Amino acid sequence: MNVLAIGIGGMLGSLLRFFAGKATAGWWLLGFPAGTFFVNMLGSFMLGYLTARWKKSSSIPSYLQKGIGTGLIGSFTTFSAFSVETAELIQSGRFGSASLYVLISLAGGIILALAGYKIGAGFSKRRVANS
Amino acid sequence: MTLALITAGGFLGALGRYFAGRLFHGWLPGDIPMATFLVNGTGSFLLGLIVGISATTELILFLGTGFLGAFTTFSTINLEIVQLVDEGKWASAFGYIFLTYAGGLLSAFLGILAGYTLS
Repeated sequence: MNVLAIGIGGMLGSLLRFFAGKATAGWWLLGFPAGTFFVNMLGSFMLGYLTARWKKSSSIPSYLQKGIGTGLIGSFTTFSAFSVETAELIQSGRFGSASLYVLISLAGGIILALAGYKIGAGFSKRRVANS
Repeated sequence: MTLALITAGGFLGALGRYFAGRLFHGWLPGDIPMATFLVNGTGSFLLGLIVGISATTELILFLGTGFLGAFTTFSTINLEIVQLVDEGKWASAFGYIFLTYAGGLLSAFLGILAGYTLS
């Protein structure tokens, strides 16, 4: 059941990424391609949010959580396109845009995942275990 | 046809990542998640390769947008970083960030170069 849910999630995530790419074709942000960037930011927030939410209390069956988290969001976001796009920017001598693409993706991804995680946990994450 | 190629590739890519996660469920020194790192590194190399050999549109859609797009992931990296930081494992978080980005970029470059050489 996990395998099927993750596979179907992967199909949907890839299609959504493809359509997002088409919708943002030709969009550039500070000299780097915006499509992969937006997809990765949105997905990082969503995975952080859902993980914390489901950890808190979950009536969603485990296979569905895996289908949405590992399958859909995992496949919606991508790293290979990011790294090849960056390599291509460097190859064409656009070092500034390449650096910005890496730094903003890196920082933005972490900040959005953290924001999603905190919001998903309802800002009331128990610290008892850590104290 | 386009959508069928992406759909099939995405199905297989997501499962490939899931099984890689089960296979490499261990951790690199300092609790750095190994599976995501390996998946993203190899996926970056392979996407660089098919871009470097100027593969056909069908192959790019199936292997690139579909399979490798789904096989590699960005959201999981950041969730793992947030979890490492949450556990106070700052050194591992920074090590993981460095390995992922430096390794991914280097892999993409090597893939593109290998593609040029092959084509």
